[in-house]
Amino acid sequence: MSRAGGSPEMSPSGSLGGRSQRTLARTRRRASRRRFLAGFLAQRSGVAGLAVLGLFAVLALLAPLLFDSSQLDVTRATGAGLEAPSGEFWLGTDENGRPVLALVVWGARVSLVVGLTATLISMVIGTLVGIGSAHFRGWFGGLLERITDWFLVIPFLPLAIVLATVLGQSLVTIIAVIGLTSWPGTARLVRAQTLAVEARPYLERAKVLGGGDWHQMTRHVLPNVMPLVLANTTLTVAIAILSETTLSFLGLGDPFRISWGTMLDNAFSNGAISSGAWWYLLSPGLCVVAVVLAFTLVGRALEVVLDPRRTSS
Amino acid sequence: MSVLAADPVVAADTPRRQRRGQGGLGWYALSRTLSAAATLVFVVVFNFFLFRVLPGDPIALYTRGRNVDRERLAELRRALNRPLTEQFWSYIQNPFSQAIDSTRFSRPVWDVIGDRVWPTLLLLGVSTSLAAGIGIWLGIRSAWERGRRFDRVSTGVTLTLYAMPEFWLGMLLLIVLSTGVGFFPGIFPSGGVSSPGIDVFSIAGVLDLAWHLALPALTLTLAYLAEYSLVMRSSLVDEMSQDYLTTARAKGLTDRLVRRRHAVPNAMLPTISLIFLNIGFVVSGAITVETVFSWPGLGQLSYEAIRGPDVALLQAIFLLFSLAVVVANLLADLLVAAMDPRVRQ
Repeated sequence: MSRAGGSPEMSPSGSLGGRSQRTLARTRRRASRRRFLAGFLAQRSGVAGLAVLGLFAVLALLAPLLFDSSQLDVTRATGAGLEAPSGEFWLGTDENGRPVLALVVWGARVSLVVGLTATLISMVIGTLVGIGSAHFRGWFGGLLERITDWFLVIPFLPLAIVLATVLGQSLVTIIAVIGLTSWPGTARLVRAQTLAVEARPYLERAKVLGGGDWHQMTRHVLPNVMPLVLANTTLTVAIAILSETTLSFLGLGDPFRISWGTMLDNAFSNGAISSGAWWYLLSPGLCVVAVVLAFTLVGRALEVVLDPRRTSS
Repeated sequence: MSVLAADPVVAADTPRRQRRGQGGLGWYALSRTLSAAATLVFVVVFNFFLFRVLPGDPIALYTRGRNVDRERLAELRRALNRPLTEQFWSYIQNPFSQAIDSTRFSRPVWDVIGDRVWPTLLLLGVSTSLAAGIGIWLGIRSAWERGRRFDRVSTGVTLTLYAMPEFWLGMLLLIVLSTGVGFFPGIFPSGGVSSPGIDVFSIAGVLDLAWHLALPALTLTLAYLAEYSLVMRSSLVDEMSQDYLTTARAKGLTDRLVRRRHAVPNAMLPTISLIFLNIGFVVSGAITVETVFSWPGLGQLSYEAIRGPDVALLQAIFLLFSLAVVVANLLADLLVAAMDPRVRQ
């Protein structure tokens, strides 16, 4: 986050016609996209993470085709309770005799949807508050900064628990709770980046030419902050999925939907530990680890590619 | 991470601070303390209104799933119909007064919490110190051997640990080492803080406590270790390209001395403040891991309060955790300022 370095090249485009200017911009954008892609592909761990994510996305999308939803029905379960893995049930059964494999695949849908939606909420709030608190220097920006600091300090899980208790158990609640509690980190990061961008000369130029607050923020600050937000997003998804697992484990998830977290909750409360039913614990947990690790690896790779300090010549 | 990100922000309003002169540690401490106090007031007020803006009937929430007699319901409703200021006053008193009972335990909230503080402090103290020690060591070694085998293995392992829900790790350890799966004998207790009927203050009692502590402490150590190691590694890597290290080497110092006397002390700063800033994360770990191991601390108490839901108890615990985090943040700020004069300018 060096504030002086890396200001985009200002080509003397005044003499060029409107169309060629646009072509110029397009070429430059295409070149930078290619550079970004090459940089990302050079990071093996990031590519591996992306592959894992692709696999889970396909599984989640194809869940209804792979396993009929009747397999999730407790009343139509075919196996015995907590059966060990066998030819019929590859990953064993849960306490109601449902196949763990079907539950894990269906659970991917909820876990991924919650992780992605919550992250979207958190990113929108974080970006708005971050840019706003850095752009408006008066009492308004100060207030936003204070609020960010306050939310940063409130311990996440206790706050999420209190919110989830207050709002009741549902999928929407859990998404809202994670989204509303995880934005301050992003806001902090975006604020720092916005301050760096606003110190650059071309923003002064925009101001002198009469660009308003809205124009400055959306046309100049936002495009420069976006790459950072993108890298931050992938890391936030990882944390959001972990949070979903934790909140569901504590019994705050939607009781009518299967997610990896609710599976772990059911396993724990139905004595999977004392009866040694390791298969019931192992598979949902491994899925969480795989997806969270994959998002983390992709996020780290993005950070390396997008960080101007680390670009090796 | 947040420590590093905050730097440009500090830099942005230096002119104002500089006019006041090199305010020194005293002024800095005062301003940080005031801001921590403001945060605390915000948390207290926020916590109060959180339970009062909820949609629906609060009585239904307070008594969910339980049979409550008519008189008690009327009493609850009367309590909620009082003026807001009066409610606020009793809310402020809640964690400290003998008068307000937890609905689950039918004992004063203060009393219930008091019993649970020590097990949590013991568990978190042991696991945080172990995690910080091991994590810092791992971070230093992998930064120093950057890109080599040790670094790749250690970074891979720590990232995987970071991706694990800590309670899941706890359940796996429990099922393998306490229940026993396959070849593994169940040699550890399945939960609790001590065996029944043992004198805690005898030698056998202490050993018994350590035996019970082993698995939950191991779980939390593994869960916390990742972040310390990753932050220590990245801050030492940043430090390693600095000119003064080249100077130190040019003086003829050995590699070990360069690392121990020059690089590590400078790289320690972000990690040290992380130890304090991390309390929020540490608390989250405690809630689930204490539940898994039936460790009778504040974490397990919160789990019980959620399942109730026991609102008075939940509010008091939330307040206590927030207080701990605010104080820890303040300590982190002051400690870093005391060690690094650049911060307090």
